[in-house]
Amino acid sequence: MKKDYEYIINTSKLSIGYTSKKHTNTIASNLDINLKPGNMVCLLGKNGIGKSTLLRTLTKVQPSLGGDIFINNSNLASITNVALAKTLSLVLTERLPDTSLTVYEMVALGRQPFTNWIGYLTTNDLKIIQSSFEQTNTQHLMSRKCYELSDGQLQKVLVARALAQNTPIIILDEPTAHLDLHHTINTFSLLKNLAKNFNKTIILSTHEANLALQVADELWLMTPTNFISGKTDDLILNNDLNQLFDSKLISFNKTLKQFTLKHS
Amino acid sequence: MVNPIKSYKNTFIILIIILLVIGFINISLGSVHIPLKQILSSFFSGEVEKEPWKTIVLNYRLPKAITAIIVGSGLSISGLLMQTLFRNPLAGPFVLGISSGASLGVSILILGASFIGANISSYAFNNFGLAIAASLGAFLVLSAVMLAAIKVRNTMSILIIGLMFGSITSSVISVLAYFSTASQLQQYMFWSFGSLGNLSWKEITALLSVFIIGIVLVTFIIKPLNSLLLGENYAKSMGVNVKQTRNITLIATSLLTGVITAFSGPIAFIGLAVPHLTKLLFNTSNHKTLLPAVAICGAIIMLICDSIAQLPNSEYTLPINAITSLFGAPIIIWLLVRKRKIYY
Repeated sequence: MKKDYEYIINTSKLSIGYTSKKHTNTIASNLDINLKPGNMVCLLGKNGIGKSTLLRTLTKVQPSLGGDIFINNSNLASITNVALAKTLSLVLTERLPDTSLTVYEMVALGRQPFTNWIGYLTTNDLKIIQSSFEQTNTQHLMSRKCYELSDGQLQKVLVARALAQNTPIIILDEPTAHLDLHHTINTFSLLKNLAKNFNKTIILSTHEANLALQVADELWLMTPTNFISGKTDDLILNNDLNQLFDSKLISFNKTLKQFTLKHS
Repeated sequence: MVNPIKSYKNTFIILIIILLVIGFINISLGSVHIPLKQILSSFFSGEVEKEPWKTIVLNYRLPKAITAIIVGSGLSISGLLMQTLFRNPLAGPFVLGISSGASLGVSILILGASFIGANISSYAFNNFGLAIAASLGAFLVLSAVMLAAIKVRNTMSILIIGLMFGSITSSVISVLAYFSTASQLQQYMFWSFGSLGNLSWKEITALLSVFIIGIVLVTFIIKPLNSLLLGENYAKSMGVNVKQTRNITLIATSLLTGVITAFSGPIAFIGLAVPHLTKLLFNTSNHKTLLPAVAICGAIIMLICDSIAQLPNSEYTLPINAITSLFGAPIIIWLLVRKRKIYY
């Protein structure tokens, strides 16, 4: 029988935050996530609510404060760095340091978890790199230097690098932060396409709530008191989105499926 | 499928030819004029018109050229490693206080000998004693800078900390110098001028074996160094053991810088300037290309500096350190003015 994992990411009683010598700063606790593969998930929440902390904890960049995280049914704490690099790839919000690597070299770095000690690229590696350029429609940027790219181009090739890592999960921290509407929509539809046609599990944090509502299969909402996860349509029906911004100025319009300005 | 990453094969072939030619020119120059044909035959056939010529070429000039190659390559590789690790174009063995650490070790051995007892000062003349003292000093300062680097994430602060360690060590050296005799001081001064000559074949073998250990260590971190170009978090997400890479880099750097400084004195600017010159020539950040390129360029530049330092056809030899600084400093200034921004 084929072994089929029901959940690709699954947490129980997860609490996240920071510890220092003197005290613990818990940002959120009792997070229960049950995510099936092939979904595109948008993580929504106000600035400073802990979206990055959650993503950093799920990707083992920082330790959790309590609870367990299971990726493909194995405990994240027991997964080695190399094994994790083969299941999960990242697109970070931090700026890329200045480097005169070419775009091709940068995307090729995504093959590192699979290459030998000196990083030799086999024909198979070259094929995967080629197809990640094709999937992101960035073949024309291959021989450019990374520092020459615009924000929109850079975002695409960073996604290409994550694709070259060929992992079932891709996690992106605010991939559309510096982009205009055109590039934002392009990025969203690229990611949606990857989830739908290539069965990738895509998790991204974003402030584009209205766009997220249109494309995401699932939403994770972080509010100061609560963490709500579920299918986008269910969350709309349950009026959960109203909790996202506890502001008198914003309300969620169920029929438009959009956040709107509240008229006084 | 063709790998579109440039291999720079032709540039490498040209550079190796230049290295051989300059190496030969370096050997043919000196206070005694020896015809080119005689130099060649002292290498290959062994039949030379005058016996002293053979001795000069094989026991004096050839060892010096080999030392220049090792020193130039080693310091340039250390510089490149520091620049990638600290993600700072100004990092180098000198700026981070590693060379001053080596100087401290040597100064304690030479100048501090009077505090402990006269017996030790006879060992101070021994190049091997110097080598061990310098390597220990280099390793000590580098670990101190590294400990600070783990606490302080900001790379600018790390550089300043490195500079501060440098001034602490130089003030300790000043205090030691104040209490030492004129002859000890002279001995230390001569060491600090830098010198590529005076090494016996035995010492060159020691230098070369540590150099090879350093190079072997470096080849193992080419792959993780490339992913570190994208920053620590990306490197980690691609399965790189960042801590281990950092430790290997530091050990390799302190071995290379320590042993080179020990045998040839604190040689300035090569470690800082050569990586930038090489990046200008190759226009890449890929360590698979850069590391061998930096090693060859470093050797070439060191040989050129040494050829100039021995003031051809005269009996005088200038301190090598004066020449490298005279060349290195303007190159860095020119680079900054011309390119405005350095990518690493």
